[in-house]
Amino acid sequence: MQKEAAIREPLILGDKSYKDITDDVVGPIEGKAPKAWKLMITITSIIAFYGVGCITYLIATGIGVWGLNKTVGWAWDITNFVWWVGIGHAGTLISAVLLLFRQKWRMAINRSAEAMTIFAVIMAAVFPGIHMGRLWVSYWVLPLPNQFGSLWVNFNSPLLWDVFAISTYFSVSLVFWYIGLIPDFATIRDRMVKPLPKKIYAFLSFGWSGRAKNWTRFEEVSLVLAGIATPLVFSVHSIVSMDFATSVIPGWHTTIFPPYFVSGAVFSGFAMVLTLLLIMRKTMNLENYIHVRHVEYMNIVIIVTGSIVGVAYLTELFISWYSGVEYKSYAFINRFSGPYSWAYWIMMTCNVITPQLFWFRKIRRNLLATFVLSIIVNIGMWFERYVIIVTSIHRDYDPSSWGEFHATFIDIGIFIGTIGIFGTLFLLFARFFPVLALNELKSILKSSGENYKKLHHKDH
Amino acid sequence: MEFKFTGKAKTLSYVLMAVGLVSIILGFITDQSEHHQHWWANFLVNGFFFFSIGLGALFFYALQYAAEVGWSAQLKRIYEAMFKFLPIGSVLIGIVIVGGLLHQHHLYHWMDHTLYHEYMIEGADGEVSYTDTMEAGAVLNPSYDKIIANKEAFLNPSFWTIRSIVYIATFLIFAALFRKWSLKEDEVGGVELHKKQYKRSALFLVFFAVFSSTLTWDWVMSIDTHWFSTLFGWYVFSGMWVSAMIFALILVLWLKKKGHFTTVNDSHIHDMSKWMFAISMLWSYLWFSQFLLIWYSDIPEEVTYYTQRIFSDKYSTPFFLTFAINFAVPFYMLMARDAKRNLGFIVPVAFLIFIGHFVDTYLLVIPGTMHDHVSFGIFDLGMFLGFFGLFLYSTLNALSKAPLMPKNHPYLEESKELHH
Repeated sequence: MQKEAAIREPLILGDKSYKDITDDVVGPIEGKAPKAWKLMITITSIIAFYGVGCITYLIATGIGVWGLNKTVGWAWDITNFVWWVGIGHAGTLISAVLLLFRQKWRMAINRSAEAMTIFAVIMAAVFPGIHMGRLWVSYWVLPLPNQFGSLWVNFNSPLLWDVFAISTYFSVSLVFWYIGLIPDFATIRDRMVKPLPKKIYAFLSFGWSGRAKNWTRFEEVSLVLAGIATPLVFSVHSIVSMDFATSVIPGWHTTIFPPYFVSGAVFSGFAMVLTLLLIMRKTMNLENYIHVRHVEYMNIVIIVTGSIVGVAYLTELFISWYSGVEYKSYAFINRFSGPYSWAYWIMMTCNVITPQLFWFRKIRRNLLATFVLSIIVNIGMWFERYVIIVTSIHRDYDPSSWGEFHATFIDIGIFIGTIGIFGTLFLLFARFFPVLALNELKSILKSSGENYKKLHHKDH
Repeated sequence: MEFKFTGKAKTLSYVLMAVGLVSIILGFITDQSEHHQHWWANFLVNGFFFFSIGLGALFFYALQYAAEVGWSAQLKRIYEAMFKFLPIGSVLIGIVIVGGLLHQHHLYHWMDHTLYHEYMIEGADGEVSYTDTMEAGAVLNPSYDKIIANKEAFLNPSFWTIRSIVYIATFLIFAALFRKWSLKEDEVGGVELHKKQYKRSALFLVFFAVFSSTLTWDWVMSIDTHWFSTLFGWYVFSGMWVSAMIFALILVLWLKKKGHFTTVNDSHIHDMSKWMFAISMLWSYLWFSQFLLIWYSDIPEEVTYYTQRIFSDKYSTPFFLTFAINFAVPFYMLMARDAKRNLGFIVPVAFLIFIGHFVDTYLLVIPGTMHDHVSFGIFDLGMFLGFFGLFLYSTLNALSKAPLMPKNHPYLEESKELHH
C-alpha cells in the first residue's frame, strides 16, 4: 500500500468501513425513490418533452423555424453543440488524465462525471443531427460504399473530422464508463433480493466473479483505455475548434483555437460536474465522500483552465491589433463594442473575472459560493461560443450583407429541451446506477480514509 | 553521499566551454555576413535554447509545489540546479538585447528606425529626417513599412527592453527565493516553508502564464516582424518544457549510475520518462495545430512563415524531419510501459529529441534572420557545444553546493516509497 503524507487531507471522512461504503452507495438504489427525486424528474421530463416537441416541429417544418438568416447561418444550433461537447470533456479528463496522474480524489467523482460526459455528448449530437434538415439520411455523413453516384464525404472538411472525432470519443467514453461499472454492478447483484432487479444487474455485470484474475484484467483494461482516452480529450475539442479555425473568417481563424478550446471545454465541464455533484452529494447523503476538499480540487482546476482561457482571450485580442490586418482588428473591436458587446462582456465577466474569486481559500471551500460560481461559468461558456460564432459572422467582409441574429422560440425551446433531456438521463442514472465507483473507493480507504489516517499517524 | 563536482564531468564541461569560446571567437572573425548577422543569430538560438531549459526547470519546479506532487520530492535539487543557470542565461539573452539596441546586429528588423514614417526630408547636409506628414521638401520614404509602423506602440526599443527586464527580473527573483527556502527547509523543517513555497509557486505560475507567451513574441516571433500567430507562445513553451524534462532525466540517470539517488527507483524513472513522452506529444500537438491551421487557410499574411521554410532547399528537410523525429520517435519508442523503464530506450530517444528540439529552436530564428544565405558550419556546432558545456558546468556546480537529497520535505516519504 502506498504511504500517504500526513499533510494530505483525508479523502473519505468519518469512520467508514468497506461495508459502509457499499451501504452508502447501493442503499439508495435498493430503497424506494425519494420524493425529491420524483419531483425533479417530473420537472425535467416536462422540459424534455417540450424540447422534443420543438425538435419534432423543426424536423416537420424545416430549419427555417430557427432564427438563422443569409448572413448568420450558424447560431444557437452550433453554440449549443459546442457547449455540450465541451461539458462532456470533464468526464474523460477525470477518468483518464487524472487516472494517469494517480489523483485519488477522482474516485469520488469519476463515475458521475463520466455519466455526465456521455449524456452531454448525446445532447451535443442532437444539434448537427437536426441541423442537417433531413435527419433520416444522416448516415450520409459516413463514408459508406453507396449507390448514390458521386455522393461521397469530403475528407478535407473539418466537419467530417468532427463526425469521426465525436463518435470515437463517445464510443471510448461509453466503454470506459461501462468497464468501470462492471464490478459495482456485481456488488449490487450480490446484494439484490428481488429476483427481477437481481437478474438485470447480473446481466449488466457480465458474470463478474471478483477473482484476482478479473481484477488484474480490469486494471489493465482501465489503463489501456485511459491511454486511448487521453489523446481524445485533446482531439475532440481541437477538431471542434477547427470547424471554425480552418476558415478565413476573422475571429474564427486563429492558431490558438485548438488548445484554447480544449482548456475551455475542461473549464465548462468541471463547472457542470460541480453543479450536479453539489446537489447530488446533499440529496444522496454522500457528504463524506464528496467533501470540501474535492470541491476545492475541482475549483483549482476551474481557476487554472479559466485563466488559460483568459490568457487566450487576451492573446487573441492583442494579436488582432498586432497583426495589422484590418478585418481581424475590426472583428475584435466589433466584439467588444458592436451590437453584441453585451454578450462579449458577459463572457469576459463570467469566464475570466468571477472565477478569480477562487484564489481565496475561503471561497473555493465554500459550497454555496462554488455552486453559484459554477452556474456562472456554465453561462459564461455558453456565451463564449455565442460570441465566437454569431459576432464573427454577423458582420462579414461585405457590409451590404451585414445582419443580425434573433433567436426564435424554437431556438430557445430546443436548447432548454436538451437541458431537460440531460437532467432526466442524469436523474435516471442517479437512481439506478452506483453513483460512486465504490470498489475503487475501497482501494483508497486505508490510505486516505480519515479513520485510518488518524490511526496510522498515531503510531508514529 | 553528497555530490562532488570533480573528475571527468568537470573536465568535460571545461573542454566543451573551451571549444565554445574558440568557436565564438573564430566564428565571429570568420563570419562573412553583414553585421556578423550569422554569428548573432546563432548566439540568440543557443542563448534562448539554454535559457529556456533553465526556465522550463523553474516552471516544472513550481508546478510540483503548486500541484502538491509527492513522487518528485526527492528530485527537487535537480530542478533547482538547472534553474540556477537562469542568471547566466539572462546575461546571454542580455547580450543579444544590448547588441540589438546598439545596432550591432539586425536580428530584429523592426529596430530599423527608417521603417516607421511615410515621408522623409533630405537636409542640405545629407542628413535624412523622417516625418508622417507631407511637408515641404518631403518625399516618399522607400523604406516605409505600414505593417511594422502599425506595431510601433508595442515593438519599440524602450518598451521592448523594459519588458525584457521585467521578465528576467521576475524569473530571477522567484528562482532565488525558491532556492533559499528550499535550503532553509533542510535546516528548520516543519510545514510552514512548504506552504509558503506552495503559495509562491502558484503566484509564479500566474506570471509565467503571461510571460512565457509574451517573451517568445518579443525575443523570437518579432524576428519575423510581419508575421503573427496566437499559438506561437504556447508552442515554443512546450518545446522549452520538454527540453528541460529531457535534461533532468539524463542527469538523474547519470547520478544514479555514479551511486547517488539510491532511493530513486524504476518508478521514478518511469514517471520522468512519462513526462518526456507526454510533453513531446504536447509539443507535437501544438506544432501540428499551428501548421495545419495556417496551411489549410492559406492566408497570405500568415502562410509566408511556412513557405519560407517549406519551399527552401535549406530548411524544408530539417523542418519536416524535426517534426517527424520529435513526434514519431518518442511516440513509437516510449509508448510501452516497459520502454519507459528501460535505459536502452530512454537514453537514445532522449538524446535524439534533445537535438531535435535544438534544431526546432534553430528553425525559429535562422530563416527569419538569415533567409537562405546560411549553412550550419563547424563554428555553429562549436557554439552549441560551448553553451551546452556552460549549462552543464552551471548545473553540476549548483548541484554540488547543496545536499543532493532534501530533508524535511513533507512528501519525501511518499517519494521514497514510490512503487507503481
